[in-house]
Amino acid sequence: MSETLRLRLQAFLPPAIAMLLFILAWEVGCIVFNVDEFVLPRPSVAFASYLKWQTAIWPNALQTLMTTVVGFGIAIVLGVALGAIIGYSALMYRALYPLLIAFNSVPKAALVPVFVIWFGIGTVPAVLIAFLISFFPIAVNVATGIATVEPELRDVLRSLGASQFDIFRKVGFPRSAPYFFASLKVAITLAFVGSVIAELGASNNGIGNMMVIASSRFEVPLVFAGLMVVAVMGIALYAVFAVLERRLAAWAYRSRGV
Amino acid sequence: MPTPCVELRHVSLHYHSDGKPVHALEDVSLTVEQGEFVSIAGPSGCGKTTILKLVSGLMPATRGQVLIDGQVVSGPQKRVGMAFQNPSLLPWRSALGNVLLPLEVVQPHRAQFNTQRKAYEEEARRLLHIVGLDGFADKPPYQLSGGMQQRVALCRALIHQPEILLLDEPFAALDAFTREELWGVLQELWTARRCTVIMVTHDLREAVFLSNHVYVMSKRPGTIVHQQIIDLPRPRTLADTFEPRFVEYVRQIYDKIGEVRQ
Repeated sequence: MSETLRLRLQAFLPPAIAMLLFILAWEVGCIVFNVDEFVLPRPSVAFASYLKWQTAIWPNALQTLMTTVVGFGIAIVLGVALGAIIGYSALMYRALYPLLIAFNSVPKAALVPVFVIWFGIGTVPAVLIAFLISFFPIAVNVATGIATVEPELRDVLRSLGASQFDIFRKVGFPRSAPYFFASLKVAITLAFVGSVIAELGASNNGIGNMMVIASSRFEVPLVFAGLMVVAVMGIALYAVFAVLERRLAAWAYRSRGV
Repeated sequence: MPTPCVELRHVSLHYHSDGKPVHALEDVSLTVEQGEFVSIAGPSGCGKTTILKLVSGLMPATRGQVLIDGQVVSGPQKRVGMAFQNPSLLPWRSALGNVLLPLEVVQPHRAQFNTQRKAYEEEARRLLHIVGLDGFADKPPYQLSGGMQQRVALCRALIHQPEILLLDEPFAALDAFTREELWGVLQELWTARRCTVIMVTHDLREAVFLSNHVYVMSKRPGTIVHQQIIDLPRPRTLADTFEPRFVEYVRQIYDKIGEVRQ
């Protein structure tokens, strides 16, 4: 077996096995304890329901994916911008941090009705909730990355007569990259939570909406099928950012092996 | 008399720290001639590092003037290269990438960096060769020992051909063997480049080994209390450090610092 293949397997096998064991335990647990399908359907039943309703699930899944990615995209742009501002300026940090905390403490689900009043039922509230819920970790992490740049690294550049922008480009940005990518992995899963929450009550499509309809018809396996689809999309996007992180911030993981 | 390369005229520096006034430097005057190797020695906290920050333009003086080539320093200087006690390498860049950094910032290199990249890389490799780092150019900093990292930092300080090299206790964090080895490396770099060097240190043997001229500073507020010309032939070797003349120089300076402390 070649070395790279062995390393790939080493990276891939533990999570795959853990996931399989979890699904197996769920399946067996439901059978052994004779759990009613209406309470907690077995994964095989949920999967059967997925196969049955595939054509109905996928348009909704894509809608959810779209709102999530759009909200998440806005969160990246504004999160990095605000993170850079409060990371660089101690004054802005002191001024804006309490406000940020206050905004983040507001339960996002409670904002859904407000957004419905403002924008009506549809995609906009979902995008906004996805944005709001994923914005905070990005801003805070980028700010931390920039604020904790070693003063010595900054002095190296300052002593060369570098401009503030040079310092950001050569030191601040690469230095905060590991923080940034770490926050993206958290933020993307939160963004899914946000858009599904909004869809539960304020949308005519999307996985959240589909789940509400399914539960009102007591189609519990379909509810779980929807949850599984969201989970799989979350894992997929998480994996994308994990790969990007390995590529672009590899230096920060030097002691962990590949 | 030619214009001195670096001149401090009655320089004082006061600042506030946690609301209390700190008198870091008081009426410091010194001159460094072109091509000289000058050391500033003194107890810790006496403002040695502050002098380097003033010369490099990282900090303005409260009173007095700092001049380079007869011109008043008013901001960061591109004629200056600096190395600190910590190597302060960018961990996401290879040794070579770190050495090249100043060329990406300082003009005129900055403008031609992309077109001249090959030539610049060759120059960086040549410097790495002088400090004995052949074959380490593409290694990231964490794969280098502390001494090797400091060698890279020296190369980085010199790559843009500064007229003045400022060294802030560059070997203080290294073990004794590595430190003494690097004295030789630094001497070689200085001989090859013939730039003016101002080094801050609290190691008197280091100061005598490397310098033409040693200044001794008092405790806060820091001021120059003694200066000593080191008239020893070059290149100096580690064996020379056991010669009576060398030992005598170290002893004289040591006694002066002893007087200052009382």
